Amino acid sequence: MKPKTTDGLHLEAISIALNGQTLLSLSAHVRPGDILTVMGPSGSGKSVLLSYLGGFLDPAFTASGRVLIDGDDLTRVAPEKRRCGMLFQDPLLFPHLSVGGNLLFGLTPSIVKRDQRRRMVERALVDVELEGFFERDPATLSGGEKARVALQRVMLSAPRLLLLDEPFSKLDSDLRQQTRALIFSRAKAAGLPVILVTHDQADADTAGGPVVVIGEDIGR
Amino acid sequence: MGRQTEGTPIRPQAGGSMRRRFSVSGLVLAMIGLPILAGLAGTIGPAFGLLPALGGDHLTLDHFTDLATQPHLLRSSLISFATTIVTTGASLAIVMLFTAGYAGTRMFSRIQHLVSPLLAIPHAAAAFGLAFLVAPSGLAMRLVSPGLTGDSSPADWLVPQDPLGLTMMAGLIVKEMPFLFLVTLAALPQVPVLQARQLSVSLGYGRIRGFLISVWPLLYRQIRLPVFAVLAYASSVVDVAMILGPALPAPLAVRITEWMADSDLRMRFLASTGALLQLGLTVAAMVTWLTVEQIGSFLLRRMSLSGVRKPDDRLLRRSACFAMVLSVALFFLGLAVLFLWSIAGLWPFPALLPDNLTPQAWMRALPQAGDVIATTVSLASSSAAIALLLAIGLLWQNGHRNGGALDSVLYLPLIVPQLCFVFGLQILSVSLGFDASFALLLFVHLIFVLPYVVLSLSQPWRAFDRRYETVAAGLGKSPLQVLLHVRLPLLTRACLTAFAVGFAVSAGLYLPTLLIGAGRIVTITTEAVALSSGGDRRAIGVYALLQTLVPFGGFLIASLVPHLLFRDRRAMRI
Repeated sequence: MKPKTTDGLHLEAISIALNGQTLLSLSAHVRPGDILTVMGPSGSGKSVLLSYLGGFLDPAFTASGRVLIDGDDLTRVAPEKRRCGMLFQDPLLFPHLSVGGNLLFGLTPSIVKRDQRRRMVERALVDVELEGFFERDPATLSGGEKARVALQRVMLSAPRLLLLDEPFSKLDSDLRQQTRALIFSRAKAAGLPVILVTHDQADADTAGGPVVVIGEDIGR
Repeated sequence: MGRQTEGTPIRPQAGGSMRRRFSVSGLVLAMIGLPILAGLAGTIGPAFGLLPALGGDHLTLDHFTDLATQPHLLRSSLISFATTIVTTGASLAIVMLFTAGYAGTRMFSRIQHLVSPLLAIPHAAAAFGLAFLVAPSGLAMRLVSPGLTGDSSPADWLVPQDPLGLTMMAGLIVKEMPFLFLVTLAALPQVPVLQARQLSVSLGYGRIRGFLISVWPLLYRQIRLPVFAVLAYASSVVDVAMILGPALPAPLAVRITEWMADSDLRMRFLASTGALLQLGLTVAAMVTWLTVEQIGSFLLRRMSLSGVRKPDDRLLRRSACFAMVLSVALFFLGLAVLFLWSIAGLWPFPALLPDNLTPQAWMRALPQAGDVIATTVSLASSSAAIALLLAIGLLWQNGHRNGGALDSVLYLPLIVPQLCFVFGLQILSVSLGFDASFALLLFVHLIFVLPYVVLSLSQPWRAFDRRYETVAAGLGKSPLQVLLHVRLPLLTRACLTAFAVGFAVSAGLYLPTLLIGAGRIVTITTEAVALSSGGDRRAIGVYALLQTLVPFGGFLIASLVPHLLFRDRRAMRI
């Protein structure tokens, strides 16, 4: 079956400005399973784009344009109803919950039965080679383990798209490659459109999709 | 927010996607602002003769004439005024110089750990401790008698309660300095102290001079409000003044309190005019302080333009450190002496230690103290709990904005002398037929507890890593779910600390409890101060210690509960 043209993430004439000065303008179509890499020097507004897409734009900014996912307009939808999964530099596992608690927190509420929720979380842990980690304190995990838990937490929430804010920049190079490969393959397998913000060319190369460079002339 | 164009997403602000039907800030504004306004009106009315319940139905200035004829009124006022300026100036100077010389050193963090718990201790307990140290038969004299003084009976000094109020000033400095020190500590992370020191030292400036020129103006701006709170407090303090202040004439606030509590109801008119005089005195002290600030900033400007380095300031630094250590030591020694007295059997002068120890004073006091403690704890815990809920609601709705009107109203109870509006509130409530009730007292305590709880909670609230909330919202959680499942659990310790601060404030409140409780609702603080005139040192020792232990219990719980709740979570135990 041929994919419909509305499938995936559409960014329609997005323009974000601060104090009347345009920070970035962007139009793009990211198909399910594709990765759009956004590059630019620090201060170029890469993270602003992500907070806009996630619904967290600081009111100091003004924005215009539309964001559509599979044909649904997200632009005026509350952040918690957008189902935009986000991954940051830091894994940001909730320190007051166990590893399993973090995953249960992420797991979509459409799964209601307790034992089924527990089973799904256990399976998600096995899936990233973290079998038996359910009761563990997140603070005792290694950097790579934390990154994998963070990934599974987001995947369990049944997101419609993934926003990655330099998620590999704090990992050492071996780990970075592994984590990158893992996240990209999971997103592809789940058919999620991904927007990756980075300043690492290797990230862009591995992602293999289109690359947009923003804010070239700002701050120079 | 009028600049937002179409397509701007909804902010993840607390309550962002919810309709705001109910505004916590509005409630808080009303809860604090209205009673203060009403209280001031209730004070001003009777001062001009208007108090229908007592037959005051026409405007008159007679009561002011009456006030003017009170003996030694000027002297009482001057002592209060001098105490205010000296106390605030000295506490601030010591804190400033100590921070200048020692910020970032090990000495600094050691003092920091010692000073933090002192904030929980009520003023009255600290004052009793100091009184027991410096009295003619106190520990200090016992140390040097009869060896140095040759005296075998206590000297005939009027200490404490010296006519110039020096002991009272010392007592207030010992208690206010920790407060100013802690608010300075809270402001320090926002100021680049260490870089500024490196820079100025590399230019050849002494530490203190470098600090004063480069950091102090920024720091002072942030602690200005607490400084004015100290001014307001010191100018109208009652409990410390009763314990350590001169007796004939007593400081103004003490005399007004006596008039207020007089069984002759007509004295209420006089008390009201007195309260207005008090308000004027506090305002005068603040205006004086504004002048002090001007002079200070002029001197500072001259100092920085002159280029004079003053590289060797060790003496000044050491003196500041000595003053700091001395006052902390006095505080702890005072508590130790209180404890010693509470278990002392026979303890004749000039013996350094009691002849024998006995739990008798405790056995005697505890049966009656039980009720008093129960009242104190229930009053303190309910006001702190309500204040915490309000503070959470307030910060949730306005957390990352600085609200102009709200901020000023919130801190009014710290800036307007208690005496001036609590008395009016009492008159109003009596006129309206309210009896002294727990609910009314709870409400009045809340006015004083809430600002401290908000102050204590707002800093960790703003420092919270908001990406946790972003992650949670991205996982599909509503703002309320994010609050309940992410923010509040992560801020457990901060919330409990804010609760403990509120608890300690309520437990230590003297004047509002005395006036609104009308003698029928008694807390350990009013009870302890009431004992001061009796001179039974053992009973005072017991009550002053109870006064210390109750708020301390709050802080103990605040530090233990997170350990129990998050036993298996390493990152939550720090």
